[in-house]
Amino acid sequence: MNRLVLFVPVLIFLALGILFFAGIGRENKEVLPSPLINKPFPNFILTQVEEGSKQLTQQDLIGKPMLVNVWATWCPTCKAEHEFLNTLAADGIRIVGINYKDDDAAAMQWLQDYGNPYEFNISDPDGMLGLELGVYGAPETFLVDGEGIIRAKHVGDLNPRVWEKYQPQFALMRAAASRPEESISDKGSE
Amino acid sequence: MAAEYGQIALLIALAFAAVQSVLPLYGAQTGRVWLMQYARPMALGHALFLTLSFIALVYCFVTDDFSVAYVANNSNSLLPTQFKVSAVWGAHEGSLLLWVLMLGLWGAAVALFSRSLPMDMVARVISILGMVGVGFILFTLLTSNPFERLLPSSPTDGTDLNPLLQDFGLIVHPPTLYMGYVGFSVAFAFALAALLGGRLDAAWARWSRPWTTTAWVFLTIGIALGSWWAYYELGWGGWWFWDPVENASLMPWLVGTALMHSLAVTEKRGLFKSWTVLLAIFTFSLSLLGAFLVRSGVLTSVHSFASDPERGLFILALLGITVGGSLTVYAFKAPTVSAMSSFRLLSREGFLLANNLLLILIAFVVFFGTLYPLVHEVLDLPKLSVGAPFFNTFFIPLSSMLVAIVGVGAMSRWKMMPGKLLLGQLGGALVLAILAAIAFPLLYNGEMNWSVALAVLIAVWLVATTCRDVWNKCRGDLTRIPSLGKSYLGMIIAHIGVAVSAVGIAVVSHFSIEKAIKMSPGESAQLGEYHFYFKESGLKQGPNYTAHVGLFEVSKDGEVVDTMLAEKRKYTVKGSMMTEAAIDAGLFRDLYISLGEQLADGAWAVRLQVKAYVRWIWLGAILMSVGGLLAILDKRYRQRRKEKQEARA
Amino acid sequence: MMKSYLIALTMLLFSSLSLALVDGHEYPFDNQRDKDRFAQLAEELRCPKCQNQNLADSNAPIAKDLRNKVYEQIQAGQSDEEIVQYLVDRYGDFVRYKPAFKSYTLVLWLSPVVLFVIAIIVFVRLGRKKEKAAPLTEEELKKLAALKQQASDK
Repeated sequence: MNRLVLFVPVLIFLALGILFFAGIGRENKEVLPSPLINKPFPNFILTQVEEGSKQLTQQDLIGKPMLVNVWATWCPTCKAEHEFLNTLAADGIRIVGINYKDDDAAAMQWLQDYGNPYEFNISDPDGMLGLELGVYGAPETFLVDGEGIIRAKHVGDLNPRVWEKYQPQFALMRAAASRPEESISDKGSE
Repeated sequence: MAAEYGQIALLIALAFAAVQSVLPLYGAQTGRVWLMQYARPMALGHALFLTLSFIALVYCFVTDDFSVAYVANNSNSLLPTQFKVSAVWGAHEGSLLLWVLMLGLWGAAVALFSRSLPMDMVARVISILGMVGVGFILFTLLTSNPFERLLPSSPTDGTDLNPLLQDFGLIVHPPTLYMGYVGFSVAFAFALAALLGGRLDAAWARWSRPWTTTAWVFLTIGIALGSWWAYYELGWGGWWFWDPVENASLMPWLVGTALMHSLAVTEKRGLFKSWTVLLAIFTFSLSLLGAFLVRSGVLTSVHSFASDPERGLFILALLGITVGGSLTVYAFKAPTVSAMSSFRLLSREGFLLANNLLLILIAFVVFFGTLYPLVHEVLDLPKLSVGAPFFNTFFIPLSSMLVAIVGVGAMSRWKMMPGKLLLGQLGGALVLAILAAIAFPLLYNGEMNWSVALAVLIAVWLVATTCRDVWNKCRGDLTRIPSLGKSYLGMIIAHIGVAVSAVGIAVVSHFSIEKAIKMSPGESAQLGEYHFYFKESGLKQGPNYTAHVGLFEVSKDGEVVDTMLAEKRKYTVKGSMMTEAAIDAGLFRDLYISLGEQLADGAWAVRLQVKAYVRWIWLGAILMSVGGLLAILDKRYRQRRKEKQEARA
Repeated sequence: MMKSYLIALTMLLFSSLSLALVDGHEYPFDNQRDKDRFAQLAEELRCPKCQNQNLADSNAPIAKDLRNKVYEQIQAGQSDEEIVQYLVDRYGDFVRYKPAFKSYTLVLWLSPVVLFVIAIIVFVRLGRKKEKAAPLTEEELKKLAALKQQASDK
């Protein structure tokens, strides 16, 4: 038996060691990456929380880049991030809410009590839109650009530290959206 | 003060372990007897002070010393005393101390029970054990100290032990499991000592065997206890989930089984020497790998301890030094000259080789499947899961092949087994197995089930061939059985245990029935032959919980079989909910009732199950352990001492 | 009360035994095959939120939602692959306990097979190699003949 063959186990172990070393340093091991990145926002027909008779579809989202925030009154972490959402909205950031598996009246009361950063809220009492979005636990927030394409997803609460990560991307989306001539000519007959 | 004493004892143990690691080994390498003589006293001192340290921690728990952080995080004044003791190993720091304690105890055992071994061998073995001990005690002291205090403001009460752990299972499962994991360090130390001493003869294998088998017995019992505990505790009747931490315990068991069998070949025939040494290194490496996976946070699991990158890196370093170091020594010092003896494929050696290959292959499947998601994450590939469907796809055919060769292999002769002889002996067994395989599913359910038939085929084949071998050895006189020797009888019993487990696994997977329905008190449901009547629901007060309970009356053919109480507990301190399933245990079936959600109008979502033959799984494991234990007690392993005594006289 | 009990009993009597979770109250199926498909899918799909549980065993709300979705899709006539793909499109490959046969998972699925073949080769070669090891040389044969001669002379 060749002496060299005996070195194979050590070498394999070395490779494993590198794998483990890389594995330890990872962040956010529990978070599921979303397969919806760079895909259009799913189609839906749901009512608005603020106005139960008004119907909303994905078309109502298109226009200006926004954060789509999945929240509920029964979700304590949503309450924790709410203050921060209020400050973002005050800075002019468009936030649309999906009220997930909740009750419209309770939601309205909650927003009255804690502030309302949302342009409007989509009512999703069965969680069916949530399922289309791959939501598995509130709060979750999607970065959606002006054309209704999902560009990023964050699971968990939004806070200043987390926002640092997404802020540049969002700023780029807003910049891109505020140059309408360019986007029109892209779609135009060239 | 107990916590401080505990910490001091730990430091003293470290000192003993450090001396233990260096002096005897140096003495063995340079032939200085006086240095080698440090081995035994250092090992004993190491073990003594670890024991004292551990007792100190237990004392802190039992006396409700909540100024110790670990006690505050894992205990509570309302916790029943037996759980206060088991809470010592309920989380990372304490279980690590338990691990370290066992390492010390195994070292002391080697020091006490190896008087008939050559001094330089013992010295090396104990030194190597000392080195591992140093590594782990340092890990404990530097990153996971259970004795840290919460001062100046210590809580008035603790945050309670996780309700899932407030159970008999926690009292027995981790200690047994750790005895197994850590026990393989002895085989590891023997292998390294043999490599370092340049002596890889049959004697090394003979000395290693009882230590290896003992560790294997503990690990078998530990894993079986874990499976049984999960079954009754988690509330949905499963007994194996291919969870990363479960896999982490299965891998050393598989490779340890291969090691046990390979040692037999090395001892008896001087073959596979290099391979056996490698297996010994692998087995303990897998134990360490298991410790790493559970405590570093690298994999997500229901079982894992809270993770911390700093700890992860430290264990990785420990893993690196121990495994990397030993494999490097192996690469440089393992023999490249193969043995002169030869054997035919159809021989005991051949069957044992096949046994090893199959076990290693199964271990590889478990290993690769468990680590594959990690590979994907690190390489930025899509995050995926590898679960039961993957593992079962390979485990079932491979383990079936293994079970099929057990009986035949055990009855084969060394070097060469005449094929005709084999066929002549076993024709009857084969016919019996085929008949049983066809009859069993038909009689049980009225229709054929090929999976169960296959399992019954190989299991009956195993038992029949094994019995045939016993018959042959007794020369037809069954009163001769006790004289066949404990080693042989141990093997027979353990092998039969394998067949029993195999049948249990197949039958519970295919012939169990279940139903999840909404039931209100007064309603009934029929499940197979059993009639479940939801008699009443109510409330119950426990020592540290309140529970909703459901009382069920189960009858068969009109006669009441049992009254069963299923609970849904809410633990006072943490507020967590827990399902306590009601189980009516039987040899051929378990009745299993668990309460799900409470619905409107006093109705409950109830899950009813009839688990067929589930106890056979653990019964088989018990048989395997009994067999192993019997084998260890064989006179063979004590003869050396007698010979030495006679030589002295 | 009595009527629904009788209906349930009748349904139970006419439904054949199946192995895994079927919530008789919430997921009625009109044929055994669909029932089995549902049970199998619930075991092969992973709950996205839980620590390591399939859809069948988990009590989490999201698991319930996904079970409902699987049920819906079976009733709607979707195939097993389509249902799995539907969930994978929204939650990613993570929800499959049985990894898909994609280019990057081939090494996972094939390595055991490859190793098995290698094991067989090793097994056979070890036996064959050893058989050929140490045939007697000319000298040794002569010695052997001489010894035999000596033995028969005695």
